[in-house]
Amino acid sequence: MSGEQALQDWTLPDWTRGEAAIVYQCCAACGGVQYFRRSFCAACGAPDPADRRASGEGTVYATSLVCRAATPETRAHVPYNIILVDTAEGFRMMAHGDNDLAIGDKVTARFELFTGRLVPYFAKAK
Amino acid sequence: MSFITGVGLTSYGKHEGSSSLDLMSRAAELAISDAGLKRSEIDGVLCGYSTVSPHIMLATVFAEHFGIRPSYAHAVQVGGATGLAMTMLAHHLVDANVAKHVLVVGGENRLTGQSRDASILALAQVGHPAYEVPLGPTIPAYYGLVATRYMHEYGVTQEDLAEFAVLMRKHALTHPGAQFHEAITVTDVMNSKPVALPLKLLDCCPVSDGGAAFVVSRERINEAGVRVLGCAQAHTHQHITAAPALSELGAEIAVAKAKAASGVAISDVRYAAVYDSFTITLAMLLEDLGLAGRGEAAARVRSGYFNGDGAMPLNTHGGLLSYGHCGVGGAMAHLVETHLQMTGRAGDRQVRDASIALLHGDGGVLSSHVSMFLERVR
Repeated sequence: MSGEQALQDWTLPDWTRGEAAIVYQCCAACGGVQYFRRSFCAACGAPDPADRRASGEGTVYATSLVCRAATPETRAHVPYNIILVDTAEGFRMMAHGDNDLAIGDKVTARFELFTGRLVPYFAKAK
Repeated sequence: MSFITGVGLTSYGKHEGSSSLDLMSRAAELAISDAGLKRSEIDGVLCGYSTVSPHIMLATVFAEHFGIRPSYAHAVQVGGATGLAMTMLAHHLVDANVAKHVLVVGGENRLTGQSRDASILALAQVGHPAYEVPLGPTIPAYYGLVATRYMHEYGVTQEDLAEFAVLMRKHALTHPGAQFHEAITVTDVMNSKPVALPLKLLDCCPVSDGGAAFVVSRERINEAGVRVLGCAQAHTHQHITAAPALSELGAEIAVAKAKAASGVAISDVRYAAVYDSFTITLAMLLEDLGLAGRGEAAARVRSGYFNGDGAMPLNTHGGLLSYGHCGVGGAMAHLVETHLQMTGRAGDRQVRDASIALLHGDGGVLSSHVSMFLERVR
């Protein structure tokens, strides 16, 4: 899966690497953007899409408040809101967010600890 | 051409002390005997997977255990769509003369073989290992995301979704093999424990032990034959983060291709067997397949349209939501029930006319879809 390939190539580490950042990729050939990191553009196949740091601005696409978790580590956090955010840069991502977020809310990212790891956490934009 | 010549189904619920292979064997024995065949006549085996007993070669493990030496055998893994994907493959295998009688089998001791937490954890791994799983989502949460969006776009309410749980339970009450035997109401669903809102406990299928099997043959054996008219698949994504818009999901694509392959229209369908891992899954798929207008499936439930004596009987055994869900076998029970209905063997549950059936399976988070039309031939 994606996490195994060429991780030494990360020019901009993101939250999946323990850094307080959201990073996406942009293809020079077709202009496509993608969130799941790869060594190629999934839209057109061109190699080496550029890493870019996202602004952290976006709009809530969907939410689900997890009340029943499956591990002791995650259970310590319930209830927690799993959300999908459509970012200003045009890709969709999964994150955590305030429990009262609604679809369509404009949101801004910060980073919070969840089971000892840094994860993106969105709250309503001020 | 291919025919489903025999079906077998265990009860779902607790089968304390039974392994996945035991449950697969029991269902296989039932299906082969239903077809009137001898074990030695089975020359193809397709099986699913077991999360309790994972193996890289489950089909040959099963064949050895069961005592057969097929000329074609392997496992298939497409999540909840596995049962129908195997049936589609079996259809093409017999049609291409690769095998004469393909045994399709699934079974798992998912309830008693591991803890419920272990089940939930194993299934959550369908999420992206780097970008989703670290956030602690569960399968209900993936579908909870789909649910909030669907409710937002089409004005569906939690009470609407609850109707599907009540309907599946009502159907399960008439089947002795079902996991649940107590009637529920919309209020019960609304008051059940929150799991991943808007989904509550009774919006979610249970974890079960059980097994299901069928035989797909090149030629018809029994008096009442069930023929595969046509089938098709669609795979648009794996992870919910990468899913297309609601209007571009795979069910609509798969059913359109299956209609073209079968030469039938939705108006020809008399019985529906539709994947129902969660109430939202069933509501969405019914609308994606064209069995109800957008946002109108719940109203059709309330009007009795999907009842056993309604215009479009649906999952008359109780579905995943109330017959139970043992993994790959879970949605195979839908096909077993469809076969019984089509051949007039559904007893107290028998519907008036099941001459043409539409079956639909979904794997992952609406990721993989298989649509299939079956026709009764006399």
